[in-house]
Amino acid sequence: MIPKISKETTLLEKAEELSGEKIFSCHKCGKCSAGCPVGTLMDVRPHQVIELVQANDWNVLESKTIWLCASCFQCATRCPKDVDLTRVMEALRLLVLRENVDHIRISEISKEDLKELPPVALVSNFRKYTG
Amino acid sequence: MKIPYYPGCTLKTTAKPFEDTTKAVSEAVGIELIEMPRWNCCGTVYSLASDDLMHQLAPIRNLIRVQDMGYDRVTTLCSMCYNTLEQANQLVKSDPEKLEKMNSFMDQEEDYTGGVTVVHYLTVLKEMGFDSLPVKNPLKGLTVVPYYGCLLLRPEEISIDNPERPTVMAELLTSLGATVVDYPYKLECCGSYHTVNHKEVVCEKTYHILSSARKRGAEAVVLSCPLCEFNLDFRQKDLEQELAPMPILYFSQLLAISLGLFDALEFDQHYVDPKPLLKEKGLLR
Ligand code: SF4
Ligand code: SF4
Repeated sequence: MIPKISKETTLLEKAEELSGEKIFSCHKCGKCSAGCPVGTLMDVRPHQVIELVQANDWNVLESKTIWLCASCFQCATRCPKDVDLTRVMEALRLLVLRENVDHIRISEISKEDLKELPPVALVSNFRKYTG
Repeated sequence: MKIPYYPGCTLKTTAKPFEDTTKAVSEAVGIELIEMPRWNCCGTVYSLASDDLMHQLAPIRNLIRVQDMGYDRVTTLCSMCYNTLEQANQLVKSDPEKLEKMNSFMDQEEDYTGGVTVVHYLTVLKEMGFDSLPVKNPLKGLTVVPYYGCLLLRPEEISIDNPERPTVMAELLTSLGATVVDYPYKLECCGSYHTVNHKEVVCEKTYHILSSARKRGAEAVVLSCPLCEFNLDFRQKDLEQELAPMPILYFSQLLAISLGLFDALEFDQHYVDPKPLLKEKGLLR
């Protein structure tokens, strides 16, 4: 479900403001997608995410991709145009999370998992998946 | 050399063996780790949104404590803590306006002046010189691969080494007498926090990383991050059909073995028990 964000400002403006990146710097070389460790599992490849934001297509917020991104900074390190896609992905997640739509239900994590998982896993997951 | 030490939550819980072996090693090589008397969770991930200063408070608060201790450097072991603390640090150092806002918000604290640097423990060892380590029990006959993952190396500004071709762990392990082989997955993300609710992502990454290491002849994988450790180690549970067990070790555990600090060793918190391999190589007492 696309959250009810006021569409007076465009997606492009929101994403640029939140990420601090210049989205039109991208020259679509695809290096970000080539190096992405979870690229093969994504429904929209990282370079296509940029394309969708350039086109102001709010459907990008419905992609699995923004949640599959593991914030590994690989795309950011390799981009020849200095577009930090890791930040753009975070901006897109926040557009959803800040509408109070969490991506994880903490109550659904099993007792066994809670016992076994290191604190660093739980805290980082909640930081990325809850608003 | 004296240096404040920031532990972080996981070093006190599931990664206790990482901390214990590091403390023993530090004592043996003359690094005086001064554990910070007061610290808080750094937040584990650096906040990437340009309007979000709230989540920068936790890391900066820790740096204020270092400043209070009268030091200009602090070391840490966990790759995630290192990354979060130093990225937040660089943000406020480069943006005086943000720093001022945060300082006035934290009005119970001294102002942070931006004078602290976060150094990973591997860097502290490297500065001392790996050649100067008093190796008594060289890791002869043990073939390993280093696994760097993401957060020691990326983004570039906080990287402890060349972000695409790091050598620091390989240099350390070589100086301890191990045989180090190269493989293409040393920088590849393990899936990180997906381990909580997208386990399959982490299983897939673990499979690729470990099978590549195995193909190159590695008998163990060596790393510096408690989350990578958990993922590469415990996610093997679901890969038992596909993969022979691969021990995952913190670099400090191999350091402790090579310096003969056997009392500091503890392997109970591993899923794949590294002891049979280490015994087979004659490395445990
Ligand atoms: S690597 Fe950079 S320039 Fe190339 S497609 Fe990705 S974002 Fe665009
Ligand atoms: S930060 Fe996200 S999009 Fe970029 S390479 Fe890593 S997982 Fe892929």
